[in-house]
Amino acid sequence: MTLLRAEALPGLAAIAALTGYAALFLHAESQAAVLGLVALAAIGVPLLARLGWISRASTSLDKNKAGARIAIAMALGAIVVLFYDQHFVMLMIASVLLYTVACLGLTVQFGYAGVVNFAGAAFLGVGGYAAAKLAPHLPHALVLLVGGALAALVGSILLLPILRTRGHYAALITVAFGLLFRTFIEVNDSLGGPQGLQVKGMSLFGWDLNSSLGAVSFYTNYAIVALGLAAGAFVLVRRLERSWVGLSLDAVRLDETACAVFGIDVARWKILAFTFGNFFAGVAGAVYAMMTGFVAPNSFTFGDSLILVSIVLLGGLGNPWGVALAASIVLVLPEKLQALQEYRFLLYAVLVILVLLVRPAGLVPRRAREYFSR
Amino acid sequence: MKEELLLSCSDLTVRFGGLTALDALELEVRAGEILGLIGPNGSGKTTFFNVITGIYRAAAGRVLFLNDELTAMTPQRIYGAGITRTFQRSRLALPLSVFDNLMIGNHRLLHHGLWFNLFRRSALRKEIEENLARARALVATFSARLAQRMFDAAGTFSMIDRRRIEICRALVSEPRLLLLDEPSAGMTLEETRELMDDLLAVRSRLPCLSIVIIEHEMGVIERVCGRCAVLNYGRKISEGAYAQIAADPQVQAAYLGTD
Repeated sequence: MTLLRAEALPGLAAIAALTGYAALFLHAESQAAVLGLVALAAIGVPLLARLGWISRASTSLDKNKAGARIAIAMALGAIVVLFYDQHFVMLMIASVLLYTVACLGLTVQFGYAGVVNFAGAAFLGVGGYAAAKLAPHLPHALVLLVGGALAALVGSILLLPILRTRGHYAALITVAFGLLFRTFIEVNDSLGGPQGLQVKGMSLFGWDLNSSLGAVSFYTNYAIVALGLAAGAFVLVRRLERSWVGLSLDAVRLDETACAVFGIDVARWKILAFTFGNFFAGVAGAVYAMMTGFVAPNSFTFGDSLILVSIVLLGGLGNPWGVALAASIVLVLPEKLQALQEYRFLLYAVLVILVLLVRPAGLVPRRAREYFSR
Repeated sequence: MKEELLLSCSDLTVRFGGLTALDALELEVRAGEILGLIGPNGSGKTTFFNVITGIYRAAAGRVLFLNDELTAMTPQRIYGAGITRTFQRSRLALPLSVFDNLMIGNHRLLHHGLWFNLFRRSALRKEIEENLARARALVATFSARLAQRMFDAAGTFSMIDRRRIEICRALVSEPRLLLLDEPSAGMTLEETRELMDDLLAVRSRLPCLSIVIIEHEMGVIERVCGRCAVLNYGRKISEGAYAQIAADPQVQAAYLGTD
């Protein structure tokens, strides 16, 4: 069996170590323990990298993809078994997974097509408000789709100005849109104004996610749904990257003139990437709103959009694994380090600057496109 | 017998504000020939390429390519009609692999539907493998070593290899007309000679391909071009075989100045 071959060991050991670390981190209560774990990672990871262990682990995982998948599934299962009854931990895990979905969308926009989106939170918001308004009337699987579709549709308002500008100017348009969105919600009474709206809990095909068996936290249900969405988004983004579509998006980002000369329709690919990405954000926003039971304009500020962008940058532009890792760091760290709560934006800023200085390509830099594993 | 005309420009004019970069240019490219385009700096050679490929708009005049009028077409459609080019300063996508760069040039022949790319993976896989074999064979005519490194980033290669990649990117979609903008710029004489040998080798297998080559290295022009056109201040001042234009007093004056 492939799982037990010797060359598979470094990779499996790495997954086990990572899982153990995550469990310890989620379990840690005292500030001293959390700080200790942060210090351990800050010293340990560069050390392991210097010893060559990280590259050994990653080659081993590359060679043993099936084994890696099983191991990752087992690791996630172990985390669920350890924390299934803790509301706070399961809420965090579900949030990380939903942010991963939204940031995978941003990765398609920003990492591949080069369309920077500083209104990510607004598109999460569109999904959230769609869920608030539609959840009482429609089956919830449909609500997720409609939430995504509405986000994509609202995003299409921005297409014309984005296609007519480049770089910083296109980014500014999205900044403006993010601010407008929040103001629009605040003054709009049918959307609850500044107080926001209640959102019905999710129920999928007769499964009420807000009810739970015994001690199982109901957030565990949402974490499972979020995991399914994240896995789906992950597969789609990977397939997209390893296809002619991913290649065209990269070409658009790198050189629009060269694209035009080789028949690549720049506008078409920007539209596709922007719509695709906003759809992901909308779906994630709808689930998030149903999970927290509440949407309000204050959850969709420019600051929240910056968090999304910093996750994408921190992880390694264009790398889906990096997105998952960075989402975990950016969302879990401030929750665990209570002292930092008030300074969380400072923390993000410092993290992003540090990473861009030390590892300009992000924590897990994107690799050359492989199409199919050869 | 007159050879078949592939491209013909008449009265082609490009202006940038008050500057006339191309001034009522008349130029023809015949099917299967290699035409050298020479002239001092700023004489309009690259502008000519840019207007043919749709990057610049013509202020006046017509460009007929087979049966298409190019001046009204987008760069994308002009590529589709069968014209590709290289750039004076390399415009490869440096972070992408050699294969990726070639496939950017091969856009015309690939399936781009979202559904096809996301969900018809086995058909996509077949298409990728076929194109990889084709791209590798093309690259191998330029350099066998390069063909072994199809998945290395273009940015990791030397200048001459990048030129080869760029020429392969322009050739992979099997165009009718290839525009080469100073392929020897920044290379040694030996490297240039090697590159031209490779180019002639490829061409011997594609008799229909016409090439227009902008070049300052007269040795290259003399060796590869059947015919030359000389531009100065956006006008064509001479045209003919190399020996003919080299002896033309107007050409000598344009290059060396008059006393």
